[in-house]
This record gives sequence, C-alpha cells and structure tokens, in this order.
Amino acid sequence: MRNLLIFITKYNAFFLFIIFEVFSLVIYIKYNSFQKATFINSSNKITGDLYTRVSGLYEYLKLREVNDNLARQNAELRNQLKSSFYVDTLKKHKVSDTIYKQQYEYIVAKVINNSVNRSNNYITIDRGSKEGITKGMGVISDQGIVGKVIYISDHYAIIQSLLHKDSQFSAMLAKNKEIGYIEWNDHLDPHMAVLKDVSNNAQPKLGELVVTSGYSLFPAGIPIGRISSLQTKTGGFLLNMDVKLSVDFSDLQYVYVVNNKFAKEQAALEAQKKE
Amino acid sequence: MIKAVFVNLVRFVVLVFLQVFLLKNITLYNLSTPYLYILFILLLPFETPNVLLFILAFILGITIDAFYDTPGLHAAACVLVAFVRILFISITVQKDGFDNEPEPTLSIMGLRWFFTYALVLTLFHHFFLFNLEAFNISELQYMIGRVIMSALFTVFLMLMSGLLFFRRKERK
Repeated sequence: MRNLLIFITKYNAFFLFIIFEVFSLVIYIKYNSFQKATFINSSNKITGDLYTRVSGLYEYLKLREVNDNLARQNAELRNQLKSSFYVDTLKKHKVSDTIYKQQYEYIVAKVINNSVNRSNNYITIDRGSKEGITKGMGVISDQGIVGKVIYISDHYAIIQSLLHKDSQFSAMLAKNKEIGYIEWNDHLDPHMAVLKDVSNNAQPKLGELVVTSGYSLFPAGIPIGRISSLQTKTGGFLLNMDVKLSVDFSDLQYVYVVNNKFAKEQAALEAQKKE
Repeated sequence: MIKAVFVNLVRFVVLVFLQVFLLKNITLYNLSTPYLYILFILLLPFETPNVLLFILAFILGITIDAFYDTPGLHAAACVLVAFVRILFISITVQKDGFDNEPEPTLSIMGLRWFFTYALVLTLFHHFFLFNLEAFNISELQYMIGRVIMSALFTVFLMLMSGLLFFRRKERK
C-alpha cells in the first residue's frame, strides 16, 4: 500500500494528466456526438454579452459597406414593388390575391460571432427563442444561403454554418433544375463548396448559377454560388462540381432566419406515412 | 507571491481577449492560425505545483472553448501542454536554479532555451488540437502543413511578446 502511494506521488504529473485529459475528452466527445446544448458555448450570458459589445465596435468599421449593400437591396426591392408593375387586368390581380399565402417569414438578425477558418464553423446571432426562432430553421443572407440554426437560448442562437463538416443542403442547377446536394469542400476554403450527385445528363457549364431546390429548409431559388470547375468524371452516373460561394462568410453582418410556416404540417404528414 | 498571482491573472485575461477578439479572425492562406493563448501556461512560475498547473491549464482551455464553441477541445490540448511542460522542464532545468529564476520567460532563460521550449510545446499543442478537431487522417499531409505553419506563426508571436516585455537580468 505504502509503495503504491509512493509510486503515485512520484509520478503525480502523469496521473493528473490522465485525469484531466480524460475529463476534457469526455466533455468534447459528449458535446459532439449528442449535440447537447451545454452552457459552455457562445449563446450563454457572459460570452454572448461580450460578443455583442465587440461586434458593436466592429460595426463602425463596416458602415460604408453595409450602406452600399442596403442601398443596392433597396433598389432591388423597389423593382419588385407592385406599384412598379403595370397591372393589365383586374382578374389577374384577384387571382394573385387568393393563391398567394405567405409561406416563408424572414426574421432579421445581427451576426455577433463568426468564424471561417476552422473545420467546423459556427455563427452566433442576437435573436433567439423570444423572437420566434426554433431549432432547425434555415438561415440566409442577402447574397445566399448561410446555414441552419442548431442551438437557441432566449436571446441568442447558434447557426451551423455551411462551412461545417456535417452541413449538407439540397441544391439544384438554376437552368435545368437538376437536383444535387451542396457540401463544404475538404480544403477548408471559405469561398468554395462542392455540388454533389447531380445526374449525368445535366451538362453543367462553367459559371452557371446554383440555387436551393426548395426540398430543404429554404425557399426554392435562393442563390448558393456559381460553378467554378467541373471535376473529372469517374465513370459513374453522378457528377460532382466545385462551386464558388456567393456569400462571403468572413464578412457576414446581417442574416435572415427563414421560418417556413408549413414546415410543421409537412413534417407531421411525412411522419404519418412512416407509421 | 501576491505579485505573481496578480501578474498571471492579468496575463490570463489579456491573452484570452487577444486570442478571442483578434487572433481568432486571423488566418494566413487557410494554413496558418495562431493560438497565442498557450503562452499563459508557458510562463507560469517554475514552482507552480503540478495540481495547480493542470487546473489552470484546464480553466484556460475551457474559457477559450466557451468563446470558440468547442467544449473540451482546447481544454484537452491545454492539459497536454501542461504535461509536456512538466516533462520538458524536468529534463532541461536543474532544480537548484529555481531561486534565481522564478519564471521561464525569454529575458530570464535566454533566447535559445526559450525558443526550443516554445517550439516543442506549441508543436504538441497544435498537432493535438488540429487532429482532434478534424478527427480523420485522410488529409494528413495538409494537416501537418497546417500544424507547422501555425506553430511557426504562434512561436513568432511568442518571441515578439517576449521581446516586448524584455527585462535585463537583475543583479544577484
């Protein structure tokens, strides 16, 4: 017994190392595999608050850019106003009233924490469950898709960015509607992604627009990026291609959380089928 | 004693802030990301008991994790650094020298020793951190490139900060 104690005290550094290391790894693995929202992340009170303050400082440096963006967006929206269209018949007007029911609702939020240079990137925003955000909602910016919500607290939410190993969204080629799915590439480049499993007869061209398909969290037709190179064919039925993302993830300021009002209904219906 | 506690506390806060609000946003060519905060573990006094050393390393790691949204990842890497530090110091420094040399800083230990010390610990930290984060070995070559470039960047920053707070050796 005494010898054992002497042995332990002599090599105490090693035993302490084992204890602390196992403890950290347990935290790490548990958080990763079960995706449990623990309090050690940036949606908690202290870190969230600090991030809000610092991002307030950063904002001043980017005011000009934000202004330009807003002006451009204003112009675009003005183009879509009803008053800028000529209404040719009364009938058409009436039809458009009855068939359009608002399906998607957008909640604007400010990015207070963001990263692009790790192999799993997350974004924190300053809106949470109090503003009607729930887990699993899609997130877009004015340039394209951003990611989906994975954790929420009362006033903050964490988004799993498209730049994440596990992110995968349904996408299609804008021109011929061929479906595939979009994923981040293996080289941790924040400007590039890969469009996978597009059917062989799609005949994509360089520079073609890739948009969301409407099968996932986003409305159809939200831009994702443009095809930058076609990967060499491996002889299968499916094509992969590199996509240059339209969103500059390193410079996100404001994002929109997409609330699909029919999502619950759709999920319930699909669950019924499984039973 | 109280002075040492105070100095280390300030160092802790400054390094965490620097890491989280400045260095977190810096990446060179998708390859080189500095993790300067481990300088805190490197500069703890020689006489810190092992238990305290591990506890402080763990707290530092978990603080960084809170900001990076990766609970446990940096904590695990920091604990490893603490362990390597104990081994490295027990091999290279003689115990009787502790009275004159309270802290393993650049100005006290000299450039050659400090450079080796910083490089070895940083390489261990980065290698462990990047591999644990990615958790696959299919991109090993790219990973090693990332580890080496990041380690060089981190050590460079450590040496710069060492020179910034350089003090001439006090007379005995």
